[in-house]
Amino acid sequence: MSLSRFLTIIAMLGLCLLPAAAGAQAVDDAKLKPLVEALAGDNFDDTSKAVSELAKSGAPRAAVILNALSAGDLYVSKTDKSVFLGVRDGSDYAATDPLSGAKLAPVPRSAAEKIKVNNRLRRDIAAAIGGLTLMSTDATERRSAAEAILKNRDPESIPLLDQAISAEKDAGIKMLMQRAKAAAVLNSSAADDVKIAAIAEIKSGNGREALGLLTPLAGIQGPVGEAAGAAISSINSELEIWNGIQNIVYGLSLGSVLLLAAIGLAITFGVMGVINMAHGEMVMIGAYTTFVVQQIVHASMPALSEYSLLIALPVAFLVSGGIGVVIERGIIRFLYGRPLETLLATWGISLVLQQATRSWFGASNVQVSSPSWMSGSFDVGMLTLTWSRLWIIVFALSVFAVLQLVLKKTMLGLRMRAVTQNRRMASSMGIRTPWVDALTFGLGSGIAGIAGVALSQIDNVSPNLGQGYIIDSFMVVVFGGVGNLWGTLVGAMSLGIANKFLEPFAGAVLGKILVLVLIILFIQKRPRGLFALKGRAIEA
Amino acid sequence: MITQWFFKHGDRRGVIVIAFLVGIACLVPLLNLLVPDTSPLHVPTYLVSLLGKYLTYALLAVALDLVWGFCGILSLGHGAFFALGGYAMGMYLMRQIGPRGVYADPVLPDFMVFLNWKELPWFWYGFDNFWFAALMVVLVPGVLAFGFGWLAFRSRVTGVYLSIITQALTYALLLAFFRNDMGFGGNNGLTDFKDILGFNIQAGTTRSALFAATALFLALAVFVSGFIIRSKLGKVLVGVRDAESRMRFLGYRVDRYKLFVWTLSAMMAGIAGALYVPQVGIINPSEFEPANSIEAVIWVAVGGRGTIIGPIIGAVLVNFGKTYFTTAFPEAWLFALGALFILVTLFLPKGILGLYGAWKARRAADAAQKDDEVLPPVVKQSGKRVPAPEPQAAE
Amino acid sequence: MFSLTARFIGTLAAAAVGATLALSPAKAAEDTIKVGILHSLSGTMAISETTLKDTMLFLIDEQNKKGGVLGKKLEAVVVDPASDWPLFAEKARQLIEQDKVAAVFGCWTSSSRKSVLPVFEELNSLLFYPVQYEGEESSRNVFYTGAAPNQQAIPAVDYLASQEGVQRWVLAGTDYVYPQTTNKILKAYLNAKGVKDEDIMINYTPFGHSDWQTIVSDIKKFGSAGKKTAVVSTINGDANVPFYKELANQGIKAEDIPVVAFSVGEEELAGLDTKPLVGHLAAWNYFESVDSDANAEFIKKWHAYIKNDKRVTNDPMEATFIGFNMWVKAVEAAGTTKSDAVIDSIVGVSVPNLSGGSATMMPNHHITKPVLIGEVQDDGQFDIVYRTPGLVVGDEWSDYLPGSKDLISDWRKPMSCGNFNVVSGKCGGVTN
Repeated sequence: MSLSRFLTIIAMLGLCLLPAAAGAQAVDDAKLKPLVEALAGDNFDDTSKAVSELAKSGAPRAAVILNALSAGDLYVSKTDKSVFLGVRDGSDYAATDPLSGAKLAPVPRSAAEKIKVNNRLRRDIAAAIGGLTLMSTDATERRSAAEAILKNRDPESIPLLDQAISAEKDAGIKMLMQRAKAAAVLNSSAADDVKIAAIAEIKSGNGREALGLLTPLAGIQGPVGEAAGAAISSINSELEIWNGIQNIVYGLSLGSVLLLAAIGLAITFGVMGVINMAHGEMVMIGAYTTFVVQQIVHASMPALSEYSLLIALPVAFLVSGGIGVVIERGIIRFLYGRPLETLLATWGISLVLQQATRSWFGASNVQVSSPSWMSGSFDVGMLTLTWSRLWIIVFALSVFAVLQLVLKKTMLGLRMRAVTQNRRMASSMGIRTPWVDALTFGLGSGIAGIAGVALSQIDNVSPNLGQGYIIDSFMVVVFGGVGNLWGTLVGAMSLGIANKFLEPFAGAVLGKILVLVLIILFIQKRPRGLFALKGRAIEA
Repeated sequence: MITQWFFKHGDRRGVIVIAFLVGIACLVPLLNLLVPDTSPLHVPTYLVSLLGKYLTYALLAVALDLVWGFCGILSLGHGAFFALGGYAMGMYLMRQIGPRGVYADPVLPDFMVFLNWKELPWFWYGFDNFWFAALMVVLVPGVLAFGFGWLAFRSRVTGVYLSIITQALTYALLLAFFRNDMGFGGNNGLTDFKDILGFNIQAGTTRSALFAATALFLALAVFVSGFIIRSKLGKVLVGVRDAESRMRFLGYRVDRYKLFVWTLSAMMAGIAGALYVPQVGIINPSEFEPANSIEAVIWVAVGGRGTIIGPIIGAVLVNFGKTYFTTAFPEAWLFALGALFILVTLFLPKGILGLYGAWKARRAADAAQKDDEVLPPVVKQSGKRVPAPEPQAAE
Repeated sequence: MFSLTARFIGTLAAAAVGATLALSPAKAAEDTIKVGILHSLSGTMAISETTLKDTMLFLIDEQNKKGGVLGKKLEAVVVDPASDWPLFAEKARQLIEQDKVAAVFGCWTSSSRKSVLPVFEELNSLLFYPVQYEGEESSRNVFYTGAAPNQQAIPAVDYLASQEGVQRWVLAGTDYVYPQTTNKILKAYLNAKGVKDEDIMINYTPFGHSDWQTIVSDIKKFGSAGKKTAVVSTINGDANVPFYKELANQGIKAEDIPVVAFSVGEEELAGLDTKPLVGHLAAWNYFESVDSDANAEFIKKWHAYIKNDKRVTNDPMEATFIGFNMWVKAVEAAGTTKSDAVIDSIVGVSVPNLSGGSATMMPNHHITKPVLIGEVQDDGQFDIVYRTPGLVVGDEWSDYLPGSKDLISDWRKPMSCGNFNVVSGKCGGVTN
């Protein structure tokens, strides 16, 4: 809205300083009024026509009005069909005159109707405003103006672009404008050599976008079509390489998700031998903790809401870990030495936890929002990377590293390893094995909890969340080798990458089946997983 | 010693169970068909189908117990064999519909017509013949189990690794059968059956006959299991369960014993599935859900693994509980079911049958304290950690 | 310790005895009419179906306040089929045979409906099915109050083609029967409109698919061929949230590649931050944002009943509302709850819908509906951008599938046939 404020100021300055101009303004208003009224047309075609006419008028107010229309802030009164800018205010709309910017009497909500816009209109408006704001002083305005023209490729905007390009100082925006001009040229009836130059210009840009602009030309007979065809094939061969890179990167990202989901299980199941069917529910509890923490932060400390995920991490660890300790003390400790029975009991626990969540939070999804530093994406070459995926890769690897440190470098880790390797001996050495058991189980559950924080960013938070990950987690741990954290890491990453390489050929469903078959066959080759523990203890 | 105890008692108990099953195979249909509605002894058709369903679950549980309870192979994928048997039967029932489908296509099942299939896929051939289908009911699960087991047991995949790859197996099949391109009706599966062997599948008499058949097959399974357990083969299997390496060093080809009992068990599961489908009227990929297989394991555990009647009791009881709770407490039944599993594991580690054994042994011990032969199975009630009462290899 | 165990067993035994009593035929109280509610309250489908159970309880409560039906109060019988399809059949049988319910309202997935269908036909009871589905079915005992493909998919495609100028189509769905059939119909429809095969990309994913990186990137690739591209999504409920999150993160804006969904409503959006999704579309027969008095009143009463102002309403709720009112009206017209009488009296029954018009039960047991297309707003609601001028009659047998184009359904006497073949002049399903 900075633009509208800016323009309003300009307009007001004009009103104060130049009474003559004010007279002209009034004439303009009278001319504009029917155009604005026409925006409230019966169908989108009429509105679209009105939009382009309004933009052509070149009136300074036009951009404000069109922006308001695009944002859905323009209303039409049901009684006298007058159009006004409205802001919801209780049961009324606080109304402003679209032309003069003067405050009007509030309109009751039942007496006005929003002027409907759809995607096509929004596109038209963006292009129309693009023409108006190419020379704007605000860089982001100019950038979006150039982008809008790039999308709509209107040959009529070529002279405007030429003017803007010569005035442009920012190299990035200038390039964008040149590309927009090239796109418009290709869409015009310019001579072949001009068009071929434009093709070269476009080819230097973003690969996918270039393909989109050039593909329609490839069918044309003559030099333009040939140039376009050549450009397309060179872009395509480049895209092939990027496809391979993309598969690896996406595979790593999927692998990180698997790693996060499985790493807690690698402790409760891999290290302690508890077939922990409630592991998925620990992840779910972590995700719900994130939800609760976000609600509290939004309500009480809105300033921190960008960082609510960071606050949720330790809380989720403590909540899931605490529940894990309670489960261990209350149930699992009676079942050591009978690992299969832990399967039964933890299956029961998982049913209870799921139903408890369902009665508490309801069966539907709850909304966990993403902070801005985890939204959006950026391009590396022809590869689109999303921030959320990138952060999850980083996060998964850090969790893994910290866990390794805890196990290898701390007293607790030493004791954990001692107890799992030889319980009686550890006990004879004075280690309180029951406590170590409880803490180990708590650690595994707590890690599952923080995995839940991360997964809440990419998946839906519902009582079924855990069920979706439990089988994959077991596959990862077993594939990697029970009792070995490195195995879990390598297992998760290789399954992720294998999945992503199979997906383009076989499709998502068949790809997943193939990965499962590969796991089954792999276990035949290495019956104890990728990184098998050696020694007599495992034969037991 | 535990097993010894079972051997001694297995015989008499087995006979009682078989007699009981044959009894209800006759009695329930009679009470349904001959006793008038008004009589309190009348068994409604609804209950006949329900009991029939429970008994097919019991048959699955007996099959699972044969490999888990007596041979120490924990399968988390037995539901796959059950479902495959079910699909074989379902395909026969689909072909029986013939031109009575909604599109009146004489050959193609409805789901193929509306997804524009032009001709019957090759693997549907022959299923119009009951005996071919019946053969496939045991052959398909049998061959799959044989192939899978041959690979796994030869490479000595044991314990939890085996359990997880059986889970992978059923999960892969679940995904595969969900695919519409497979030609098994996608997630809707096969349904809307009309008749079986020329009898209307919805008639009370057919239902009763199916129930009787299920009870008789279950009796047969109990007989076969009992026979195997008491034979020398059975002793080897128990040996494998309790100390696999030792048996191997003694010169037994452990993988062959395992493979035999594994394949047999899969075939039994297939039969259970085949009997299940006509009674519930639908087969679809959800039967492959790993959760279903885990549930089957739970029935065995609740009833008492390593016994022949235990799984039957467990399967019937848990499913009865499910039927009851989902109606009585639709909002909270998962709490009840979850709690049941937790409590049974904590307090009845040998299942319900173990409780009976403990009670009996205690009485015996009270009556004649001198008898050292009949040592009761150790049931640890207390929460203290004890050295594993059973060797780990069983897992 | 042993005594504790004994007590536990005692409790089990008591539960078993209690259960036996419960399973024996219940003595139906004479002064109420029982209505069965067959929606999953646990398992994967609980996420969608629980709301419909609440809706039914709400509607029954409202009806009882008005004095019930035929002078008797209604009594809800709620069971939980637990997203387990064979259990659906068992529970349906139990509701009809044991509880003697007059009608059943329930099911969500096609699998569950297919599972219970033989039971309803065998026992001649009534099922009201409130969810959009793939069509290709018409049973004497089932009333389909959700949309058939022609009441959702085809108008949506028409809208995109005419208003957005879409020329290239991605048909993305979860791999099960509803998307498969809908996509088959859409493909035939688009081909008939002159769209070439290379401009249609069909993609299927497993249930609960959560890793959408590759597919979203493929969609982007497909969309960069210089023609306006849109995604028609038949992705199933659970997988939608990660799909939309990935779309938003990879920066696919509705202005570039709009996504129109048939299974995403207010309830599904409740789990999403919709700011990056503004402008993506959904096609339904009802939106919470519909501006009508009936809707405002419904929402008000619903919030009061559920004691939560934030609970949204959605299309299957409206379908439940319509189905329930149709049943009430048909029962009052027939003067009895007997299935045959209700089946005869319900065809032609017309009740108000929530979007300011009315819905009529057609002879094919489908209903008339307006088709609305809405764009996602940043508050999780839809802004209606298009509405069919008239009502659309549900087409049970699609005209775009070769197997079913000759079939019609008419359950009025004397035809009484769900799959009458107009070419052969025979009722297909019945052989003598």
